[in-house]
Amino acid sequence: MDIVISNSSPLPIYEQVQSQIKNAIVSGELKEGDGLPSIRTLAKDLRISVITTKRAYDELEKAGYIYTVAAKGCYVAQKNLSLIREENLTKIEEHMRSIIAIAPSCGLTQEKIIEMFRVIYEEK
Amino acid sequence: MRRNDAMNAIEVKGLCKSYKDFSIDNVSFYLPSGSIMGLVGENGAGKSTTIKLIMNAVKRDSGEITVLGTDNISKEFHLTKEDIGIVLDEAYFPEVITARNVNSIMKNTYKNWDASKFYGYLSTFKLPEKKVFKEFSRGMKMKLAIAVALSHAPKLLILDEATSGLDPIIRDEILDIFNDFTRDETHSVLMSSHIVSDLEKICDYVGFIHEGKMMFFEEKDRLLEEYALIKTTKAEFDQINSGAVKGKKITEYGVEALVERKALPKELVTEHLCLEDIILFLAKGGNR
Repeated sequence: MDIVISNSSPLPIYEQVQSQIKNAIVSGELKEGDGLPSIRTLAKDLRISVITTKRAYDELEKAGYIYTVAAKGCYVAQKNLSLIREENLTKIEEHMRSIIAIAPSCGLTQEKIIEMFRVIYEEK
Repeated sequence: MRRNDAMNAIEVKGLCKSYKDFSIDNVSFYLPSGSIMGLVGENGAGKSTTIKLIMNAVKRDSGEITVLGTDNISKEFHLTKEDIGIVLDEAYFPEVITARNVNSIMKNTYKNWDASKFYGYLSTFKLPEKKVFKEFSRGMKMKLAIAVALSHAPKLLILDEATSGLDPIIRDEILDIFNDFTRDETHSVLMSSHIVSDLEKICDYVGFIHEGKMMFFEEKDRLLEEYALIKTTKAEFDQINSGAVKGKKITEYGVEALVERKALPKELVTEHLCLEDIILFLAKGGNR
């Protein structure tokens, strides 16, 4: 699994770790029941803070992507399809909102946006 | 009770020490076991004094210090010292002794001295066994001191300016050693340095000492998250809640400021922030 920490990213480090592990789970690179590196190992390998790594794991656990077995470690949880769907829907909504925010600057009406979308969609 | 593997490797509470012209004033911090803490501050800020107070090499006036679960003015503290590896800014070994001699001396000094570990470090650090100490370069001297500190199975490493005066490549190697040392969660490191970028690379916690006072003691990544560096126009700057501004530098052409991230409007572009910026702005207070 690749985890790349960028210092120039506007995202805090724990979010970078969290989102990259999440992507590996969603894409199927990490499968249900796969063990994750221990918090300390991952932190030391990436040369980042242990506290930050723990925070990333905590967030992943809270969101249901991984689970912890006491004294053993963290494992990938059963993939929750509705969770992933929910998350992607939020993403799509976000993109739509930014379209709506930019549209007035080019004088685009709702109808024109929908027409544009249809044209692009059919191209694909 | 000696071996109480407490959650904190070091605990300092309300530490005070006065000298004629300088004082350590109410310094408090803790170093959770398994982490690395950096102590930053300019020359004469009180970093070395704090370290001496932690080792009880200097007697405190008031406050509490616990190291690896033992009060450092208790009688048992000399036993705890076996578990502490210490490296000062200069390595003091007699000029004519070799690394092999160092091994013989330390064998009789520390109960837990591990000769094979020591020779292991000598080869990792590419240190000659038979060369006399006065012919060592500064980097080699420092590495020898670090090898000694690591070879008696310490649980806590305390380093005072151990990486200053070394080139970036050796510094990076040494930081890697500290990083690996803390793979064991019962191992902790306290290091003072004014090379802030080194501390930024490996520390979990950062304490900033300024004129004998602890200006902040924080988790490093939280600091970087909490604050933002902005460069903006005077007019835009005046829109920001002044309570959130932690430091500013106003020129004729605009304003550079350290502000709490949460007080900023979302669309405002922030600059890349490093620990050094935070320290510079906070040290100079309102104006830089």
